[in-house]
Amino acid sequence: MTAAVEFAPWTDPTETPLIRFERVVKRFGDFTAIEPLNLSIYRKEFFALLGPSGCGKTTLMRMLAGFEAPSEGTITIGGRDMAGIPPNKREVNMMFQSYALFPHLSVWDNIAFGLKRGDMSKEEIAARVDDMLRLTRLDRFAKRKPHQISGGQKQRVALARALAKAPKLLLLDEPLGALDKKLRQDTQFELMDIQEKTETTFVIVTHDQEEAMTVASRVAVMDNGKIVQVDTPPKIYETPNSTYVADFIGDVNLLHGRAEIRADGLASLAWAEGATPIKGTAGEGLQGGEASFVIRPEKVTITASKPKDRTNVVKGKILDIAYLGNLSTYHVELPGGQVLKAQTANNRRLSRRDFTWEDEVYLSWTDTAGLVLAR
Amino acid sequence: MNFARRTLIGIPYIWLLLLFLVPFGIIFKISLSDYAVSIPPYTPTLDLAQGWAGLRDFLSQLDFENYIWLSEDDLYWKAYLSSVKIACISTLLTLLVGFPVAYGMAKSAPEWRPMLMMLIILPFWTSFLIRVYAWIGILSNEGFLNQFLLWTGVISDPLQIMNTSTAVYIGIVYTYLPFMILPIYATLERLDGSLLEAAIDLGCSRTKAFWLVTVPLSRAGVIAGCFLVFIPALGEIVIPSLLGGSGTLMIGKVLWEEFFSNRDWPVASAVAIILLLLLVVPIMLFQRNQEKAQEAEG
Repeated sequence: MTAAVEFAPWTDPTETPLIRFERVVKRFGDFTAIEPLNLSIYRKEFFALLGPSGCGKTTLMRMLAGFEAPSEGTITIGGRDMAGIPPNKREVNMMFQSYALFPHLSVWDNIAFGLKRGDMSKEEIAARVDDMLRLTRLDRFAKRKPHQISGGQKQRVALARALAKAPKLLLLDEPLGALDKKLRQDTQFELMDIQEKTETTFVIVTHDQEEAMTVASRVAVMDNGKIVQVDTPPKIYETPNSTYVADFIGDVNLLHGRAEIRADGLASLAWAEGATPIKGTAGEGLQGGEASFVIRPEKVTITASKPKDRTNVVKGKILDIAYLGNLSTYHVELPGGQVLKAQTANNRRLSRRDFTWEDEVYLSWTDTAGLVLAR
Repeated sequence: MNFARRTLIGIPYIWLLLLFLVPFGIIFKISLSDYAVSIPPYTPTLDLAQGWAGLRDFLSQLDFENYIWLSEDDLYWKAYLSSVKIACISTLLTLLVGFPVAYGMAKSAPEWRPMLMMLIILPFWTSFLIRVYAWIGILSNEGFLNQFLLWTGVISDPLQIMNTSTAVYIGIVYTYLPFMILPIYATLERLDGSLLEAAIDLGCSRTKAFWLVTVPLSRAGVIAGCFLVFIPALGEIVIPSLLGGSGTLMIGKVLWEEFFSNRDWPVASAVAIILLLLLVVPIMLFQRNQEKAQEAEG
């Protein structure tokens, strides 16, 4: 990171958001797809709507595009109320999950399609399309039809077509879902580059948490028509506000018990009879009572002998080892039957691995590594 | 290639040979013969008992006289032209009626589609001849249509629809409508709805999106439907005979009269051969359209 000012308009109270959802509700018949919801998205943000299928993230996006109208509440884009404005009159473009490339038109004509609907001259259109082709490295494919190019190229055509009209807001519906893993990872960085170059506001819908974490400036985690948490990727990962978010993003260990707030500000959780209560950072709004302790596997240290410098230590037996190449995850069974996962980086060769199945080991973590969240 | 494979591939060829090529050869031979008052009503006939001399004698008597006759009598080329005209116009009319129907079917709720499809196919359960006869009951001067219009007071005298080309158009459009609707419906139903949303998202109105996306993408179905209507309509005989009266000149009717009224098999065969040649062109174009459509999908 350079010394550039951190991009965080959401922390600046003087900044006006580009998009504002105010008490927006969407119902389909008896089914409520979106519960009353408020959300602000700022200019130049790369905003991710993340959630399992059916959580309402696509509905939210379709309301921005204008394909669905909210049942209640207002959506404003750039200060303008969007009620009653059809999709073709909005400065919003969408990249469809299926790409929706016109099969009867060449790559060039697909990209020019939106431009031809405006009042641009032929020369201006040609220049703009060529810019877009260069931006997405498609120069060589301009004359091909969609069925003559690969999946990754189709994805780039769809992106170029949606960006051609220089929209205020670009919506991306699972843009990388159809690509294989390796290509997807490369494309994520390409997408970030293009977003930065064009300075367009991007809203991406995805169910892939890794994708959301990689590309987004902020992530909104959704569940059942509600936004559970909106925050930057590190904050979502390190300080989830609920066990749902903790569980949805990445791998997590959960221990249930009764919490108490300690004098030093930390929380302790009595999780098993006769065991020393474990300590962790108190989650937002924790009052004590029924709670869950949440800790990421990579923050759990696994040792053969009891570590002396840590207060959170539990003993267990190795149940399973998942070898992932760069990492190994140990599944350790505690005396009470709970299973905790501990992850270590494989800095050394496998032949010199320290632990094997059925080994008695100690798991430990620092006082602030885990979170205690109200249930 | 083993025997089983040869047999399997051979079956359709034998089928085509027996049911298309051999009859075509027979008709072509008759078209080169002369009219005769005998059974069968033409000469020469091949007498195999006379051997090579008989065959040579038989071949020497064949000539293109009937084809020359067809080009000299203007009845025939007028009938061909009129048939092409009627087939073209009725294909266009069928398209104008069929496309909206197919579009409506493709846009209807999925649970309704099998039912609508059934309604399109249902008329085939009744004989084609009976259905054309039924139109006489509707279109004649005392028919349901005229009675209804007289009753509502729209007209004071019955409209003369029967025995005009209007009745022929109505008959052809009615009969061949399913052949237009089904291929168009097939392409429209497969049309990805997100393509239309993408067009609207990029600034099209709904009408513009229809012309720029729906119409070009249903082209293969429209072309297929047009051929499926045009080809049989060109040689149509029952509809012009029953509904068109004596005023409508169509080649199918001429053919019928040559065969059954004049009993002039040689001339009738010549008419049929020319009709076949006229149809080969659109049939080949139809084949190419189908192949292209398959390529575009693959």
